[in-house]
This record gives sequence, structure tokens and C-alpha cells, in this order.
Amino acid sequence: MRPALSREATVNAVLALLLLAIPLAASAAGQTFYVTLATRIALLALAAVGLNIALGLGGLVSFGHAAFFGLGGYAAGIMATHAFNSEPLLFGLEASTSMPVIWLVAALACGVAALPIGAVSLRTTGVYFIMITLAFAQMIYYFAISWPAYGGEDGLPIYVRNSFPGINTATPLSYFLLCYGMLILGLVLFRFLRDSRFGAALQAARQNATRLSAVGIAPFQIRLVAFVISAMITGVAGALLADLNRFVSPSMLSWHMSGELIVLIILGGKGRLFGPVAGAMLYVLFEYALGSYTERWQLFLGLILLGVVLFARGGLLGLIAGRERHG
Amino acid sequence: MSTALLIEQLLNGLQLGVMLFLMAAGLTLIFGVMGLINLAHGSLYMVGAFACATVAAATGSFWIGLAASLAAAALAGAIVEILVIRRLYERDHLDQVLATFALILIFSEGTRWLFGSFPLYLDIPPLLQGAVPLPGGGQYQLYRLAIIGVGVVVAVGLYLMIARTRLGMRIRAGESDREMIAALGIDISTLYTVVFALGAGMAGLAGALVGALQSVQVGMGEPVLILAFVVIVIGGIGSIKGALFGAILVGVVDTMGRFLLPQALLFMLPPSQAALVGGALASMLIYIVMALILAFRPRGLFAAHS
Amino acid sequence: MKLIAAGIFSAALALSSTALAEPVKIGIITTLSGGGAGLGIDVRDAFVLAVEQSGNEEIELVIEDDGQKPELAVQIAEKMIQSDQVDLMTGIIWSNLAMAVVPNTVAQDIIYLSPNAGPSALAGANCHPNYFNVAYQNDNFHEAMGQYAAQNYKNTFILAPNYPAGKDSLTGFKRFYTGELAGEIYTQVGQTDYAAEIAQIRASGADSVFFFLPGGMGIAFMKQYAQSGVDIPVMGPGFSFSQDVLPAVGDAALGVKNSASWSKDLDNEANKRFVEAFEAEFGRLPSVYAAQSWDTANLILSALSKASVKDKEAFRAALKEADFESVRGEFSFNNNNHPVQNIYVREVIKEGDVLTNRIIGTAFEDHSDAYAKDCPM
Repeated sequence: MRPALSREATVNAVLALLLLAIPLAASAAGQTFYVTLATRIALLALAAVGLNIALGLGGLVSFGHAAFFGLGGYAAGIMATHAFNSEPLLFGLEASTSMPVIWLVAALACGVAALPIGAVSLRTTGVYFIMITLAFAQMIYYFAISWPAYGGEDGLPIYVRNSFPGINTATPLSYFLLCYGMLILGLVLFRFLRDSRFGAALQAARQNATRLSAVGIAPFQIRLVAFVISAMITGVAGALLADLNRFVSPSMLSWHMSGELIVLIILGGKGRLFGPVAGAMLYVLFEYALGSYTERWQLFLGLILLGVVLFARGGLLGLIAGRERHG
Repeated sequence: MSTALLIEQLLNGLQLGVMLFLMAAGLTLIFGVMGLINLAHGSLYMVGAFACATVAAATGSFWIGLAASLAAAALAGAIVEILVIRRLYERDHLDQVLATFALILIFSEGTRWLFGSFPLYLDIPPLLQGAVPLPGGGQYQLYRLAIIGVGVVVAVGLYLMIARTRLGMRIRAGESDREMIAALGIDISTLYTVVFALGAGMAGLAGALVGALQSVQVGMGEPVLILAFVVIVIGGIGSIKGALFGAILVGVVDTMGRFLLPQALLFMLPPSQAALVGGALASMLIYIVMALILAFRPRGLFAAHS
Repeated sequence: MKLIAAGIFSAALALSSTALAEPVKIGIITTLSGGGAGLGIDVRDAFVLAVEQSGNEEIELVIEDDGQKPELAVQIAEKMIQSDQVDLMTGIIWSNLAMAVVPNTVAQDIIYLSPNAGPSALAGANCHPNYFNVAYQNDNFHEAMGQYAAQNYKNTFILAPNYPAGKDSLTGFKRFYTGELAGEIYTQVGQTDYAAEIAQIRASGADSVFFFLPGGMGIAFMKQYAQSGVDIPVMGPGFSFSQDVLPAVGDAALGVKNSASWSKDLDNEANKRFVEAFEAEFGRLPSVYAAQSWDTANLILSALSKASVKDKEAFRAALKEADFESVRGEFSFNNNNHPVQNIYVREVIKEGDVLTNRIIGTAFEDHSDAYAKDCPM
């Protein structure tokens, strides 16, 4: 097993370097659009890293993570709007345009939402879990569409990108570097969790829940904590993406978005540290390359996805770094 | 609020429920027998509607179109099963979700390629136009009554088929013990193709019946798909009885919620506000009901296996 | 002889338009895939045709499909601005996509011209010198129906989907409607079955129904309404009776009154040329979206003949003059760069086998919008 492991580590390093080097080169060549594209990749990857904690480590197939992605986005949008109009938030609290504050709010909001959603959903398993997480996301989606205060279906523009102390977030490259930094932080956290005792218990709960309960660890609580952490990370990614697009709308909460997040993970390689990164790179490049080539790009995207599920079971990383290792 | 209006709304709920049952029965059957989640079920519904609209426009007969919808959806189902789906039975739900998600993209863009981007026309047949009187002075559309009738016939037919026929026996065997039917020497891959085509045919039938009421266009299957999933999860996945019960529950709750919630809020809010808040609550209602049911019965109301 | 004349004519044209030699890049983001693709295809086709017919070969079009997804539209806009370095942008169909793209685009000093969609948020306090709406402000068509209803009915039942455009719609209608409301319903976005609502309409004692349900929702509502046998007259904004959806609605739409700024029978030279050219090229009748897109292209062409697109200040002024032959007849811009135009009441009729509209009256002459007063420009 040892060679495969180091091979995966090499592939991971190459991916991390590629994602950093391409925008740097593009920026030097004056092609800022590719910097934006890379930022999008980094943020989708971060969202999927969050989902990967629940899905990859815990085996919890959440079909409703768009709810947290969107909630995070709305946290950024609502804070920016209140600050822009100089209106206080609830209870006379001042709105902030400082990203660290916004991320904290996004993470807290997602944590608070994920706790009851997880508590109810985790009573179910298998298909029921997939469907109940979808139902909760749909509830929030319909609420966002019809709630008039923050734009409803039209969405909420962020007129000025929120700020980060010491960094000019308005320039594409520095915003990319910020997002890249957050992605690396997310990956470090994922790795730390995976290799911690908590992660071991979570993976044990996926493989054999009964045995885990037999040694006195309740799988429910472990899974709930994982679900909440997972939601919080995805929420922070949502806040960053809203700032990248300078816009947030209910389409970030739609079931298509939940599906896309799952697609990223499987495309890259489920449960692997860099699976979401590889998946996001591949997905965004497909979308971009096919989209400028043909208006039937969704047909070809579908065929490619189908090909990956049927013939490349370990995803992209499975193809280039060898079989999945678990346990 | 008059009794006639109330009866009419209950019938509307029932009709929506019956339509959902046609979708949900196929989904739950496929899950029960093969253990497969099929997100592309809504695409088969769309195939049925497009086949019916095209054939009805060419022949001038809705009935030929209806037969074509059944045939086209069942055929599309069989082809997809043989090419793609049968490779997914041994996989986990995650792979199934992804592969059938990909199928949605392929079906949608493929249909648009074949039929163009503009919605198609399909009307109800002359025989079923008009309305019948209701007790209390109201009236109800004949075509919608006919849909309820089709639903009852399909439900009874499914029950008889599963309880009385050889195919039904194999399906029951497949639901309870997959290894056993292989041991009995039943050609399992043919059985799976037949079951999948049966579910697809029912979805196509639903698509054609509803296509005459609404717009035949790409993407029409997705809202119905989500509702059908809500139905089978409420009813208990794999249970046809659960699908029937869940479908009618969802149909009635959704219709009555849209009708009664804004009126109930009139006691508290001005009319415009009541309409807005009531509408928003009504759109979330069935998901709230589903979450409540699963919170207390995590495997649905009629869990097939426990 | 003819050839020489044509040669002299085009030479004169080239002399008169100083900007003709300069290359211009126009980015078109529109919906070409998914359920809403019909509208985007009309916008694209009309725009391309107008540019072709102008003979201006220096215009380069960059056309991309947004799939009706706001996030994708944002990404394409960034690409067009940063990578393709377009001079102008246009094409978006939906209000929510416009809200995603327009504020950032105009803030980067790119001029955006809307061929459809005019959300109120961009017409009032947040209006922008780089944003030109060549279509309508979202409330306009609904206001026209409110005006029409005020003259003809006393007790109208109104319904729209529960999202901002739906609320704007009913607000716009009520702004001019003076009678009683028999009922007011907000339906679910994407709803396809309206039996419950139709039952309420039947029971309400209304003398008329106003509805705004764009796309497939409107098709479903009209068919079910006609099938239900309720004979209360229906009216709505022109979107649900536009040429792209009429074939799918069928005879159910016959006789319905609807409002629009354009109709194929509008009696002016530019419109005749447009309808003829569009039908000859694509073999179908143009929709109101095609008409708006055609006007957008011709507005751009008129401004290009007056000023260089690189000189933003001069080019904006040239656009604002609206010195082009609109297929809608009289057309000018208000202080907020939104149209001042007539809104007509149309009726759905059948010409041979083809369903289409004809004008039966004018709801408003030189109508602008309610938000212009909040615009500081």
C-alpha cells in the first residue's frame, strides 16, 4: 500500500501547485479571466471539502448541502446590503463588511441550521437520509424565493465586495490568493479530522455502526458533529462565492447545486483529501470548454459524468493515483 | 366558503395525488425490487408527454398518442436499463444518484435537440371535454375525473398483478430475497428490465395525461420528480401501498394548503400580506409534513422491510 | 447600372458613418439551453439578423449560453469583460440573471443594453449611466392591463407567482386599476397545476381575471382555465401570449386581451421590414423578445454611426438620443435610461392556422415608469 499512498501525495501536491501556478501565470500574462475561473474552482472545491466530511468520511450522502452553501452566501449578501445602506441588523447590531466577521456569521448560521436538520435527518439512513436532506433544502429554497426582504428569486447583489484586513479584495489575484488560502486551510482541517480519534470513530461508524455502539461510542452524536462541521465549511465557501460573484440568489440553494456538489466529489474521488479539488477543476473546465464549444454542452457533460460513474469508479484520482484506500 | 368549493378542492387534491401515484409507483417498485434510486424517472415522464404530443399532432388522435406515450416511455426505459442502469444495481446509492443525474442532463438536452426549444401543444380529447355537476351546486372537469379513474385502475391493476400473476410472484420474491430468485432459476436480468420498463411506462402515461393539462416542455419532469420522491419517502420506500397513501396525502395537503392557508391568515393579516405569506407557507408545507413524518417514523409510514 | 448605384450608395454610407471602420465587439449572454431557451433563441436570432442586414462587417459578436443560471451568467460576463474584452454587452432574458450580471458589469464601465427584463431595483435609485433598457421596466405591461381593467371591469381576480417579478406585477396592475379585487393569489414558482386556483376564481364572483405567469406556468394556466369551462374573461401581460408560446397554448388563448409594447401588425415601415425579414430567414413569426432584440441591435448601430464605442461619454450620449427606427414606432429614453413608449392592448386571433395578436387599442401613450423619479440621473 505504501507506494500508492506516496503516489497520491505526489498527485495532490501537483494539483495544489497547478491550481496556484495557473492563475499566477495568467495574471502575469494579463488574462485575468482565468484567475476568476481558478477562484471559482477553489471555492467549489472548498464547498465540496465540507461535504466530503459528511459524505466521504461519514458516509452520509447529504443531498441538501446547497442549503448551507446558499445560507453562507446569503450571510455575506445580507451583511453587505445592511452595511451598504447603513441599516443595523437584528437587535441594533452593526453590520460588518469585514470578511472574517462574515465568515464567522456564515459558519454560525450554518451550524445553527445544521444542528436541527442533522438531528432529524440522522434518525434515518440510506435513501431516507438522502431524501430528507433534500426536503430540508427545498424548504429553505422555497422560503428564499418567496421572502421579499432580500430580493427573493431575483437575488441580492453585493455592490462592493466585502473587505479583508490588509488585502485588496477587489483585485482578482489577491482575492484568488485569499480563497486559495481558505481552501488549503479547509484541506488541512479535513486531514486533521480524518486522522484524529474523532475521524477514526466517524469512519468506524460508517463501516460498522453496531460495533462502535458496542464499545460505548454513540454513532449518532459523532455523525451529528460531523454533519454540523461539514455544513459550516460549506457555508464559509458559500460566503466567499457570493463575494466572488458579488451576487447571491436562491439558485445557490437549489437541488441542482446539491447535486453538483456531490458530482464534484465523485468526479474527483470520494473520501480522498484532494478529491473535491480534482473534481472541481475537472467540472469547471468541462463546463467552460464545452460551453464555449456547443450550446448542447449539458448533453456532453451528462455523457462524461455517466462515463466516470460507469468506468472510472475511483474518480479522477482513482485513475491517476491508484485504488482507494480506506481504514 | 361553500361545500361545493370544498368538494371541488378535495377532488383536485385527489387528482394531483393520483398523478403522483403513477410516478411514485414506478419509483418505489424499482427501488423495492432492484434497490435503485432513479433520478431520471422525471425524464421518462417527459418522454411520455413528448411522444403523446408528437403522435397526437401527427395522427389527430389523443388516444393513439396516449398509447404511443406508454410504448415510448417503456421502450426508453428498457433501453436505458440495458445500457446503463443494470450496471448500477451493485453500486451504492451515491453512484446511482450521480449516474441518473447525468441521465437527466442527457435526456433534457437530447429531447431539445430532437424537438426544438419551444413547448409543444397537446389538448384533452373531445370525448372528455366538459364538466360534470357536483353535489352542492358545483361542477368538476370530466378530464380530471378521468385521471382519477385511470389512477384507480392502475392501482387495482398493480395490486392484482403483484398478488396474482407469475410476474408479480417474481417481483415479490425479488423484493424479499434477491439470491433466492436467482436460485429458483428465474432470468433475473429480464425481470429487472421488465420491472424498469413497467415503471417507465407508468411515468410516461402520467406525463401524457398531465401534458394535456399543462405545457409539454423540456424540464417538465423535475418538479414532479421531487414531489414523487417526497411521496415514496413518506409512504415507505418499496411499498406500493405506501406510495398510494403518500401520493394522496401529498396531493390533498398541497392543494388544501394552497387553498386554505392564505384564507386562514386573513384573520391576522391584510389581504395582500395574507396572500404572500400564505403562498410562501403553502409552498413549504409538504416538505414540513415530510420532515415531521420522518422525524417520528424514520422509515416512512409503511416501511417495506425493517 | 443597378450595381453601380448600389456601390455609390454604400460608399456614401461609409463616408457618413465615421465609426464604421472601427472593430466593435458585442457580448451576448442569453438562454440557449434548458426550458427557457425559446426566448433566448429569439433574442439571439433577431440580433444576429439585424447586424447581418446592416452590412456592418466590423461588428464581432460573442454569443454564450447562460443556461438560465445566475452563477453561470456571472462567470460568462467576467469572461467577456476580462478575456474577450467586449465593448458592449446585451442579451439577458431573466430579471434574476440581470440582477446578477448588470450591477457589476456597468460598474466596470461596460455599457449594458437590456433586450428584455427591467427589474425595478435597476430603474430607481440604483440606475446607472452605463445601463440602457431597450425593452420595458418590469411593471409596464402590468400597469397597462390595470389601466385597461379600470376602464372595462369592476371586480377583478388577480394572481401571479410568489417571487419579486410576481409581486411587481400585481403592484403594477393595482397602480392603475381602480375597481374592486375579487381575490388575490400568489402561486408557487414553477407550479403546473392550477385547478385549486381556478376553483377559487369560479367561486369568487369576479367579472374578470388578471394573471401573470411566465413560461410554462402560463401555458398550463391558460389550457386548464379554458378546459375548466369558467367563462370569466381573462387578461394578462403579453408574455403568456407571445409568439413563442401561443402554439403550445392553442385555441384556449383565442380572444384573450393582453398588453405589449409591440405587435406584429404595428403599422410602421421598420416593423414591416423586420417581420418580413425574420419570417423569411427563420420560417417562424417573431416574438416580442425578437422585436426588442432587433431594436437593441439597431440602437447600437445608430450610435456606432455617430460616435466611437471607445469614447464612452460620446457613445452613451449617442445611445441616449435613441436615433433609430424602432419597430415599436415612437421610442425614446427617460432620465433613467428606460423606455418612453406606447403600450398597446392586443387580442389573440387566428390567421389561417396560426395564432397571433392584433392591436385593439392603446393603453398608454408615451408611458414611462414609476421609479424614474428616484433615479438621480
